[in-house]
Amino acid sequence: MKTKENKNIKSFSRTLKFVSSYVVVAMIMISVNGQSINNKKNKTMEVLKNKISDLVFYELPYSYDALEPHFDKMTMEIHYSKHHKAYYDNLMAAMKDSPKAGVSLLELMQNISQYPVGVRNNGGGYFNHHLFWNILSGSPQKAPQGKLKDAIEKDFGSFEAFKEEFENAAKTRFGSGWAWLSLGKDGKLFVSSTPNQDNPFMDVAEKQGYPIMGIDVWEHAYYLKFQNRRPEYVGTYWNVVDWKKVEELYEIALNFK
Amino acid sequence: MTFTLKELPYEKTALEPFISAKTLEFHYGKHHQAYVNNLNNLIVGTEFENETSLEEIIKKSKGGIFNNAAQVWNHSFYWNQFCKEGKKKPEGKLLSLIEDAFGSFEKFVEEFNKASATLFGSGWSWLVLNGEGKLEITQESNAGNPMTSGLKPLLTCDVWEHAYYIDYQNKRPDYIANFWEILDWSVIENRL
Repeated sequence: MKTKENKNIKSFSRTLKFVSSYVVVAMIMISVNGQSINNKKNKTMEVLKNKISDLVFYELPYSYDALEPHFDKMTMEIHYSKHHKAYYDNLMAAMKDSPKAGVSLLELMQNISQYPVGVRNNGGGYFNHHLFWNILSGSPQKAPQGKLKDAIEKDFGSFEAFKEEFENAAKTRFGSGWAWLSLGKDGKLFVSSTPNQDNPFMDVAEKQGYPIMGIDVWEHAYYLKFQNRRPEYVGTYWNVVDWKKVEELYEIALNFK
Repeated sequence: MTFTLKELPYEKTALEPFISAKTLEFHYGKHHQAYVNNLNNLIVGTEFENETSLEEIIKKSKGGIFNNAAQVWNHSFYWNQFCKEGKKKPEGKLLSLIEDAFGSFEKFVEEFNKASATLFGSGWSWLVLNGEGKLEITQESNAGNPMTSGLKPLLTCDVWEHAYYIDYQNKRPDYIANFWEILDWSVIENRL
């Protein structure tokens, strides 16, 4: 039986729901706004300036399932929370009492040949994954625009030609490693691949430069979903690369002295 | 000559629960098969086109031909040392060589596990006989094979992630620990 009192309670609760949903919407707007302010400057490469002793294990910039159906949730979870975390922990343990714990991550990588192999492996593993997570997105800008688009067309002939060269580097890296798009000291973009957890910042790299995009071709990056089909994984990668982010890193690389 | 994929000496379920049938399906049926196919394609028109010995190709080649030839050999060597219910421990000459080199069988296992665990990236850990008739443990990256350094392989553990990722994911130490459960030491003794 409906009483007047019940109706009043219902109407009050409707008002409350309306007001609270308004508050939630307002909060989302503020946070979106706040985020857009923060994102004006891409912070991915700020880690390079950090002292080894101050490095932190950053949060993944999205949820584990954000890249579905292209990269699966389980792979993302193990890849980030186990593999990446182990590289971070091992790097911190290896450098804990080192007199070099005060150097920056960039200096460390640029002089990596002077460090024990464990520092090279884990330092590279820490940085490479950090870069990788930060150029991926569940709602990416699908192709480069503006300055980066022009540079890719100038240095590779076309975006398609670049993709082919990059895919080829990723598919033919034998064993574990990475393929990269980097800016060289000559101001030109180039594609390369490195073994294990090396990267183009390292003095041991065959061709050195400033990496702005990369793909992890360790089997752990794709085995649960793609097993032996690395080419399929490499093809899928294009669905989650956010060219907006790569453009921002290109801008940072251009200004890097 | 055209190389072929040798048959597995057991059913794909034989190594369960330590190595799953699904892993064998991919590891043997896809990876090992791909190395055989790649090798056959790569040697066409080269000095190895008519070579009948895989070992000779491994010793003389570089790059893609070496990678695929060595991976064909390494995987056959790996499969052949396993068995559903094999001999659990070495005896006789092999056991005394192990004790001479490592102190005890347990210490050898510990050292071999360490070599398997610390090999960074893709590769193989090996128990080998050196030119002086003594045992050593070595690590080889990617397709590496100790034959190229004049060492005689006796036992190997594949630590490419594809060897264990379906069953163990990032937990390589668990795979390494279970590896001992499926070895047939009579096969390894015969390799001496």
